[in-house]
Amino acid sequence: MKQTKTYLSKTVEELKPSGIRRFFDLAAGMEGVISLGVGEPDFVTSWSVREAAILSLEQGYTSYTANAGLLELREEIAAYMENSFGLQYSASNEMIVTVGASQALDIALRAVIDPGDEVIVIEPSFVSYIPLVNLAGGKGVTVQTKKENDFKVTPAELEEVITHRTKAIILCSPNNPTGTMLNEQDLKSIASVAKKHDLVIIADEIYAELSYDEKFVSFAAIEEMRERTILISGFSKGFAMTGWRLGFVCAPKELTEAMLKIHQYAMMCAPTMAQFAAIEALRHGNEDVNEMRKSYRRRRNYFVQSLNEIGLECHTPGGAFYAFPSIERTGLTSEQFAERLLVEEKVAVVPGNVFGQSGEGHIRCSYASSMEQLQESIKRMKRFLEREF
Amino acid sequence: MQLTEKELEIVEILEQDARTKIVDIAKMVNISVNEAEALIKKLEESNVIVQYSSIVDWSKISGHEGVTAMIDVKVTPKRGVGFDEIAERIYRFKEVKALYLMSGAYDLSVIVEGKSMNEVANFVSQKLSTLDSVLSTTTHFILKKYKHDGTIFEQGEKDKRIVVSP
Repeated sequence: MKQTKTYLSKTVEELKPSGIRRFFDLAAGMEGVISLGVGEPDFVTSWSVREAAILSLEQGYTSYTANAGLLELREEIAAYMENSFGLQYSASNEMIVTVGASQALDIALRAVIDPGDEVIVIEPSFVSYIPLVNLAGGKGVTVQTKKENDFKVTPAELEEVITHRTKAIILCSPNNPTGTMLNEQDLKSIASVAKKHDLVIIADEIYAELSYDEKFVSFAAIEEMRERTILISGFSKGFAMTGWRLGFVCAPKELTEAMLKIHQYAMMCAPTMAQFAAIEALRHGNEDVNEMRKSYRRRRNYFVQSLNEIGLECHTPGGAFYAFPSIERTGLTSEQFAERLLVEEKVAVVPGNVFGQSGEGHIRCSYASSMEQLQESIKRMKRFLEREF
Repeated sequence: MQLTEKELEIVEILEQDARTKIVDIAKMVNISVNEAEALIKKLEESNVIVQYSSIVDWSKISGHEGVTAMIDVKVTPKRGVGFDEIAERIYRFKEVKALYLMSGAYDLSVIVEGKSMNEVANFVSQKLSTLDSVLSTTTHFILKKYKHDGTIFEQGEKDKRIVVSP
């Protein structure tokens, strides 16, 4: 029999669909579900920001912008990075406004990876890292962090997987899915490894605004690290602007110019109205961000303490809006747990194994939900645990 | 009065939802239940938290819709007591829901609620404008309440997020 020819590239054929997809399909069809599976803020974008975008449309700003983004926005970003994180990046040649942090990640990886280069991904990790490394022609090499270390990577764990092909490490702090935030000390220990092996650090700092106990420190602020850091951030999480698809990447000139080449051919520029919205967010959004941060912190405190009370052991996450409790005592795999919790109690969480092998035995719960929903979900999870285990 | 960070948080939580349970408040600000109880008591006793009440949309209750008027009042302040004496004379009326001393074209802003326009009109003509220090009144009736004390009356915003996302 004649074999049907596939038109697909090998790379794409070998990409695994995200485990989140299956869960989405399962939960989307059900009524009365409380979802703790959402990876985005529960706030609607501030009205002043939305209004600024409306105004830009009314005024007819509907054309392309410069490839790197509106200069006005880049200048605001430069000021923001300096004031908030003590970082100096030139608006003219060290940053690019991108379509979400996701696109920033994509151009960063494509700018540094040669075929066969290895990129270290620290798991549990955001689901896009390895597929994006693969699409850029690289090979993702995972490091499994441990619950006992609050899912922080150790230099020894990094050293173990570094080879002569290792090109970069992707760091995500505060972390999705674990909520772990790396402090200055942690960053310094990673920095020494990066320096020793001359590695690029791709620092995904999209959750930088959402740190609750200690002040957030950017990897680029660590001594001698700026030159080897590609810093990725954006407006989605801190400013509650996920749907606007607006992020940015900051890096030394040479790296930025390389990324800009990819960006100008593959994307041209980020959406113009979203860029106008972002200018307003940076100029006047600070108070809203503070309010949202406070609100997340309260909900984190409530939720994490309640999880521990009902017997789901959980470290206190320093940032983002995820709790990553252990479900090991139930004897179920994280997929079994999540599926039964969804079917029996209509609470949607994301099984930890979709974030990598070391996520097994855990579930990711987003506490970016109203207090009423969080209270109800705790009640349901408690009932589930008492009935079954 | 200087509040600690925890006290400030408690005030904010209760201002948003006065029915938040003490056990939950304790968790939210990371203190013990006893501590939370003591702090709330202190805030109540020092009159920082003045009262717990509900925001009611009376326009939804047939026969109790009522009317609200905002009245701009010009008065003659008195030596020694300024506006305080006349303010007190006005706010003691139970019809008066709020009273503010204003800068600008008039002196006092009086918010009055009544069952009908007639009732409010009677209050203004018989009680308010007949007070000695009152020089003039301008009454504005409220036609519709969209937002009151930070609360939007018609809450139309649903959670529009997809149920599971990375």
